[in-house]
Amino acid sequence: MKPRFVMAIDQGTTSTRAILFDHGGQLVAVSQLEHHQYFPKPGWLEHDPAEIWRNVEKVARRVLADVGARAEDIAAVGIANQRETIVLWDRRTGKPVRRAIVWQDTRTDALVDELQHAPGAGQITELTGLPLSSYFSAPKVRWMLEETPGLRERAERGEVLFGTMESWLIWNLTGGVHVTDVTNASRTLLMNIRSLKWDPQLLEFFGIPEAILPQIRSSLETYGTGRGVLEGVPIAAALGDQQAALFGQTCFAAGEGKCTYGTGSFLLLNTGTELVASTHGLLTTVAYQVAGQPAHYALEGSIAITGSLVQWFRDGLGLIGSAAEIETLARTVEDNGGCYIVPAFYGLFAPHWRPEARGIIAGLTSYITKGHLARAVLESTGWQTREVLDAMNADSSLRLRALKVDGGMTSDNLLMQFVADVLDVPVVRPMVAETVSLGAGYAAGLAVGYWSDLEGLRRNWHLAAQWQPAMDPARREAEYRNWTYAVELTLDWTSKTGAQ
Amino acid sequence: MPGSIQSIERAAAILELLAAAPVPLRVSEIGSAVQLPRATAHGILRTMLDVGWIEQDRVSGKYLIGEGRFAPGGRQVDPNELRARSMNWADPLAARSGEAVRVAVPEGPAARVIHYVFRPDHSTQKADVGALLPGHASALGKVLLAFRPSAGQALTDQALTPYTSRTLTTRSRLTSELAQVRRQGWAVEQGERQMDLAALAAPLTGLGGLVVGAVGIHGAVDRICDPNGVPRPRLLALVQECSRAIGRELHTPRTQA
Repeated sequence: MKPRFVMAIDQGTTSTRAILFDHGGQLVAVSQLEHHQYFPKPGWLEHDPAEIWRNVEKVARRVLADVGARAEDIAAVGIANQRETIVLWDRRTGKPVRRAIVWQDTRTDALVDELQHAPGAGQITELTGLPLSSYFSAPKVRWMLEETPGLRERAERGEVLFGTMESWLIWNLTGGVHVTDVTNASRTLLMNIRSLKWDPQLLEFFGIPEAILPQIRSSLETYGTGRGVLEGVPIAAALGDQQAALFGQTCFAAGEGKCTYGTGSFLLLNTGTELVASTHGLLTTVAYQVAGQPAHYALEGSIAITGSLVQWFRDGLGLIGSAAEIETLARTVEDNGGCYIVPAFYGLFAPHWRPEARGIIAGLTSYITKGHLARAVLESTGWQTREVLDAMNADSSLRLRALKVDGGMTSDNLLMQFVADVLDVPVVRPMVAETVSLGAGYAAGLAVGYWSDLEGLRRNWHLAAQWQPAMDPARREAEYRNWTYAVELTLDWTSKTGAQ
Repeated sequence: MPGSIQSIERAAAILELLAAAPVPLRVSEIGSAVQLPRATAHGILRTMLDVGWIEQDRVSGKYLIGEGRFAPGGRQVDPNELRARSMNWADPLAARSGEAVRVAVPEGPAARVIHYVFRPDHSTQKADVGALLPGHASALGKVLLAFRPSAGQALTDQALTPYTSRTLTTRSRLTSELAQVRRQGWAVEQGERQMDLAALAAPLTGLGGLVVGAVGIHGAVDRICDPNGVPRPRLLALVQECSRAIGRELHTPRTQA
């Protein structure tokens, strides 16, 4: 029987989902489970890799059951995953040596400060396309090796394996294939961005034994076949979640870009097979690589806190019952009332890269209601997007004519209109908002011949919604100035107060 | 015979008290009126606040009956929440049907459009999010009237504005049409608001079986219906499949979404 679907596994920061897509690229069924967020200390964030693997098995089983499908109905599985998060596990037992350290975790800030002064620090960005920051994998691996008794010795003896999340899942899905895809490897600070190989100089700099590293493979190839619930299904693609979204938005050519609005938000611009080095605080990263072909590169601007600010508004402040209700609350007022929220919960990312910044609510007066705060929460996402797009325009001659958007927050009409207003370009949403999953599905489907070429996938892209800029330019600039002042107020908070 | 449930009796008594009171009441006033200790009355009031039966004045702290909770149409789902829940299923409906998709919630006897997905044909289109569609002359509106009988009670013959020669303009014709919609579980609009436009819609059923909205497609009459004026079965099946998928989504606790 001809396989009917491709399955995407989207292993994200807060949840794990399995999604089935049909040949038209349309979503057929979805199953989702959230996993535990562990906050052992301020600034720390961990996940239980064993729980995440169990959730993958559960959602895969459920999504098949939802449509009465079996493993043989699935042409291929593609993985899109939270990036930079690290897992170390025992090669023999398959048990994680401790909980995964999540990308947002800032425990390695001090270690990174120290490494900034070590010999060779000056070449890191040239070699990797990334700044030396606690955000990426290598300092986290170094920390785990140092702080877990006996672990370094075990690692050097080859008893321990390292991987980012896709690596952990492929190892479990296939029963022991230890590989990583090139887009995930490009986020570790250990891969040379030009040769696309682990770089001995970087391994030495971070003190990481080569024995623990997975083999770097392209993003679109069969790494192995599934076992258990996915018995015999080719595991045929892996992409970091943001690269997956770029792929799912069919941004296959230089000059095409997208922004995914989720927990954090990520603007990626495909720069083709040439890499562009940023001088404005953006990252150079691998966009995707088809087996046997040169890699495509991207410029990336990441914003740490967007959707998670809405979650905080819901769970931390309890002002809304669900994320979508923030729009209802924001619409109870006409404007932000002079209030600005800069959510530097874990420092500021692109284009500032100020880990010592902490968040602020600026412009508070007795006039401010929860409606104004709701507006300020949504607007912070718009302004942070503007900062990143300004930096991209400064780095590259490829000017975005429209911003393709996706992610859960695109259901918020007020926010999408605000993004169009402050960027002064149209914002367009494709018919499948789940582009992270779609990209993983597309990549897997292409790798096994379920789809024949990239152009066929482009024809699947349809416009579902569009927002045209409508803000008065003078007001836009005045508001942007106010936002910029508010950002300045967040800098240096931890260095001046000694807070974490 | 099993005993009655005390807390429900007490809540009912408080509800009656507040409904009859011309002004908001203090917790102590409520407690003494229904002969309950202050702490007990307070506990019941908190629960009633949570479910939205009553409200508390922010300044005085006094309690009053929840506004709109018992009005025609009953309690409504947050429209932005409904959009967030619908998006993943409205997109495939547009893609597969080739038509534009709308999701609407009831507003009196009308249907308020809260979500719009463009027709997938690369043409320039405008989303009418926020538009109010007449209940008697739109597929979405007829679904909402059919499954929320209280909403249509205010509709007199005079209120049934004729948009075209096909609009249902008498209460009796509308009533029999709505009975038909309830029987078949979907509604069709065929040139009743605009001569060249047709639409299909099906209900969105939330927790407790309450219809909280409707989803549908609309487009040129000859695409939506066959030459005999019968809705094309494939399109109808897609609309119904979408309404069921969103319904399932509405039955999962929202903290998991």
